[in-house]
Amino acid sequence: MGGLQAGPVERVEHDYQLWEKRVDALMVLLSRKRRFTVDELRKGIESLPGDAYDRLTYYERWISSITSALIHRGTISIEELRAKLADIERRPDGPQIGKP
Amino acid sequence: MMDNIPHTHEGPNPHAPRPDHDDTLTHHKRLEIAVRELLIEKGFLTADEIREAIERMDARGPHLGAKLVARAWVDPTFKTRLLKDGSTAADEAGVQMDQPTRLIVVENTPQVHNLVVCTLCSCYPRMVLGIPPDWYKSRAYRSRAVHEPRTVLAEFGTHLADDVAVRVHDSTADMRYLVLPMRPKGTEGFDEARLAELVTRDSMIGVTTL
Repeated sequence: MGGLQAGPVERVEHDYQLWEKRVDALMVLLSRKRRFTVDELRKGIESLPGDAYDRLTYYERWISSITSALIHRGTISIEELRAKLADIERRPDGPQIGKP
Repeated sequence: MMDNIPHTHEGPNPHAPRPDHDDTLTHHKRLEIAVRELLIEKGFLTADEIREAIERMDARGPHLGAKLVARAWVDPTFKTRLLKDGSTAADEAGVQMDQPTRLIVVENTPQVHNLVVCTLCSCYPRMVLGIPPDWYKSRAYRSRAVHEPRTVLAEFGTHLADDVAVRVHDSTADMRYLVLPMRPKGTEGFDEARLAELVTRDSMIGVTTL
């Protein structure tokens, strides 16, 4: 990306939300436990389709990349992930669930 | 640029949450919940570890970098060590690195101004500045900081004389750069703690001066 043309730098910032901090924590912990590397994180992000890269927010890209890498490594399976997502879908109390 | 004090802003709150609040469950939030719960169920990590990691990161911020800068201003031998080996000097000052990455400190002088970017992704000296601001990770900053740094600096209100060289440092996963800004004039009698209060995050990224 370095050296490409782009518009002015918009000096935006926001306080990170809890779910974003949890994604960050997953990255830190998985790296420390040697179950994931920062190179895999970047590879996963760079493999996103161009429009997805621009459409997703920062930590949305991260969780996409982490998920792909964990499936690729066999740490979790696609079947397990599907079942878990379906389970989350059925939970009655929506966003309040699943917080550590 | 003494007006650039962290967390005092005029106008609308620039830290306001973006539209994706915690109260709407998007696809990616579901994905985070799913992956986290699977990793916990399978014994790869625990909920306590996640909580602790968040607390550790929340405790990190520009006050840590400011501490190193202020000490370097008042203690020339510390400054020498900091510029030679940032990680070891930071450890010595009680700032734990917590990451297998090298901290490299680059010094601004009347002749040289330093600017930090990560063109590949978002590498940032998190151990001494916390989590990076959104603009640091933006396409515009990452693209342009390397080919038109003076224009980018001007957008941050930083105008350098033509005879000041600009050095742009492109961070990597293993090498994180921190700028040692020049000590502001008129601070001769200040002690270390008072000096540290003057040091802003943006001055340590190099987009502003003090």
